Amino acid sequence: MAEITGAGPHGRRTDEETEAAVAPAPVPAPAPALASRSRPADGLRAYRLIAGMWLRSTMAYRASFIMTTFGNFAATALDFVAILLMFSRVDALGGYTLPEIAFLYGLTSISFGLADLAIGSMDRLGRRVRDGTLDTLLVRPAPVLAQVAADRFALRRLGRVVQGVLVLVYALGSFDVHWTAPKVLLMPLMMLGGAAIFCAVFVAGAAFQFVAQDASEVQNAFTYGGTTLLQYPPTVFARELVRGVTFVLPLAFVNWLPASYVLGRPYPLALPWWTAFASPLVGVGCCALAGLAWRVGLRSYRSTGS
Amino acid sequence: MELDGPGGGTDGAFIELDRVEKVFDVRKKTGFLKRERRRVRAVDAISFSVARGEMVGYIGPNGAGKSTTIKMLTGILTPSGGRLRVAGIDPSRERTRLAQRIGVVFGQRTTLWWDLPLIDSYRLMHRMYRIPDARYRANLDRCVELLELADLLDVPVRQLSLGQRMRGDIAAALLHDPDVLYLDEPTIGLDVISKARVREFLRDLNAERGTTVLLTTHDLQDIEQLCSRVMVIDHGRLMYDGPLAGLHEAGESERTLVVDLERELPPIEVPGTRVVRVEGPRQWLAFPAAESAAPLVARIADRYPLVDLSVREPDIEAVIAKMYAASAAGAERAVS
Amino acid sequence: MGAGRLYAAVAAGGFRRYATYRAATAAGVFTNTVFGLILVYTYLALWDVRPHLGGYDRAQAVTYVWLGQAFLSTLAIGGGGVEDELMERIRTGDIAIDLYRPADLQLWWLAADLGRAMFQLVGRGIVPFVFGALFFPVALPTDPLTWAAFLGAVPMAMLVSFGIRFLVALSAFWLMDGTGVVQMAWLAGYFCSGMLLPLNVFPGALGEVVRALPWSSLLQAPADVLLGHADALNTYVFQGAWAVALLAAGRLLQSAATRRVVVQGG
Repeated sequence: MAEITGAGPHGRRTDEETEAAVAPAPVPAPAPALASRSRPADGLRAYRLIAGMWLRSTMAYRASFIMTTFGNFAATALDFVAILLMFSRVDALGGYTLPEIAFLYGLTSISFGLADLAIGSMDRLGRRVRDGTLDTLLVRPAPVLAQVAADRFALRRLGRVVQGVLVLVYALGSFDVHWTAPKVLLMPLMMLGGAAIFCAVFVAGAAFQFVAQDASEVQNAFTYGGTTLLQYPPTVFARELVRGVTFVLPLAFVNWLPASYVLGRPYPLALPWWTAFASPLVGVGCCALAGLAWRVGLRSYRSTGS
Repeated sequence: MELDGPGGGTDGAFIELDRVEKVFDVRKKTGFLKRERRRVRAVDAISFSVARGEMVGYIGPNGAGKSTTIKMLTGILTPSGGRLRVAGIDPSRERTRLAQRIGVVFGQRTTLWWDLPLIDSYRLMHRMYRIPDARYRANLDRCVELLELADLLDVPVRQLSLGQRMRGDIAAALLHDPDVLYLDEPTIGLDVISKARVREFLRDLNAERGTTVLLTTHDLQDIEQLCSRVMVIDHGRLMYDGPLAGLHEAGESERTLVVDLERELPPIEVPGTRVVRVEGPRQWLAFPAAESAAPLVARIADRYPLVDLSVREPDIEAVIAKMYAASAAGAERAVS
Repeated sequence: MGAGRLYAAVAAGGFRRYATYRAATAAGVFTNTVFGLILVYTYLALWDVRPHLGGYDRAQAVTYVWLGQAFLSTLAIGGGGVEDELMERIRTGDIAIDLYRPADLQLWWLAADLGRAMFQLVGRGIVPFVFGALFFPVALPTDPLTWAAFLGAVPMAMLVSFGIRFLVALSAFWLMDGTGVVQMAWLAGYFCSGMLLPLNVFPGALGEVVRALPWSSLLQAPADVLLGHADALNTYVFQGAWAVALLAAGRLLQSAATRRVVVQGG
């Protein structure tokens, strides 16, 4: 290897450059290759890389992986078993039949399951702040949000999604819906919109942990609590509560409103029909707000160090 | 502005701090529900500059502001005041751009993937830092050879010893050719052989590549064997900035020569030393740390029946404590 | 009474340890309250259709929900008891130190868990329960004797709860990775204790079976005493029998495990 001078601008790197030794230059220029890439693309790339590492880590303990995946599936299935038990005693709950409730259940399980699969470990942020390992992420050339989101990526969480799909299939096979093109289109729209809404809740919850590191359980009320709420029809709950989860924390857009359109049922709070199609938009809005909260949280961490 | 650090003027200055401050609001529990708010100046108007290719030891007692400074230099923390530049980059504003130029090793926290073979962590670095293939391979080969990692690449990190893991971590921090390497306690908990290997590697890295190295440590030998320059920080202030020998003078530190004689004898009398302890045939002689031990040993061997001897290094905390006590009076006057 | 004092100190330590995490406690109270809120409405919908389901009226069903939220962390039905730490010690081998301590392993951990449970009851259980009592129609007894009988059933529930979790934890002596067992135990506990639905609502033979299992001692038994649904003495006998059986099984397993550790040399 050629002699290497201390003044070599190692920061200026192009893909053609293969030798470590370069001519000395007084002031290193910014890395041009990096400046051109966008942050979201950078984030997604980092997410993919890190999630891949966790995936391989999991495979180091294959038996445990299989067992916990099954456990995850069974744990989430118990919620539905409870509903089945209820329907062993009644024919309708809040005016909804079992297939209709299964429809709601399947939809929220899929949306929440996807969000949980993608970024469910963000509730560990408080722990990372406490033990100082968040700092190791801050010295990497990738957005911290992406790195935290991919942290402990666990494929076993697919169990909830699978279970949601099964229940949804059961529901779709058990009731008569007059399928129209908008209804068919609405199905994937609401699942993705719903997943986005739940993702926003996870991110906002993590942002809150910058402030209260021990309070990771608070977000369970909105994540696990939220999906439990949405398993039941809106007619079951008090008006104030429905109002809260429509206008304050818009969980109603995950399944209640779109499902009302598909099932041909009256909209909660007598909302107009088009709200059924608003899920993706609401999802994007929530994610933007959550992203803002994350920035504020991270900024406060970087100014206080705790 | 001229910031003249040793070995470089403005042009050579690679790390520049100008009256950098970090103030924390600390809430302390004072009763069951009562809490007291207090402002703590973790870093108090520190200015220094480090030239490209320097190797600097950054030392001080726990809670002195060492790691806060390192966190500001790496872009983890935003300074409360002052001006800070690393390679012309404001770390807190352009964290990810800076990340491409720096390598960080946290002594106590590994960044390696616990359950995966060592090589997998390197492959992640390769892609995350977008290191060109040929450059990655060259750097990896070099690190593997010099840090003796060849047999460890396929071993899951959890099975590595502390020393092996530290070497693995250092390699991981260097694959993207950083201009500056920050090391936080790189030799803590390592055995003597591992320590020596790590130090040798860092010396080579600095000599061959000109990588600027800033390391915090509790081990004076790290500094002695690696750093031409030492900075001491205490209570958020820079107490000393200069060569190690100067630190010994400033702290009036002493090394100890432990002499084993053939038999019990009266205290050894050699100019420039004083006997601090006698225990049977063994005697402890203190001498100024900045002085060489060789002439003393020669003189003792000349006149006394010598069996064995060893040199004990001064304790870093003691040196700093002495230095701090000396300057505390002055500082107090300046404050009030 | 030296031994008694020792275990009392261990229990007090368990109490204090959990008491230090105040933000976590507040977060738990909040979450328990939200879950209670959601459950209450689903139960009310159910009882609207079948007003005397399982022999409960509406107010009793509501009371049951808030009692469940109060007991969730107290009885570690959702996990989070001392068994996590115990398993960790077994896995790392630190358990050997515990075995050479001049104290009984089972009693030591029982004391620690009782201390924890007491804190969770006071710190996490009372607030959601009071919230429920203030904002929903609940059926609370006016007779102090019923309250006293209920307060007697709570420590019994704690004993049974610990008995189950101690067995689960000891499995770590034989299994390399205990995650699966813990998860299964947690699932069974959550379902069979009546956290999802009161056990007396479970239909037919399934109902008969779950009501006979040890988990029914946790929530269903004290709830039935509080709601005047069960005779206190019979309940104590049922809970006591399970507590004795589980703790005795734990003792057997413990001595087998101890022999194993001694044979392996720690």
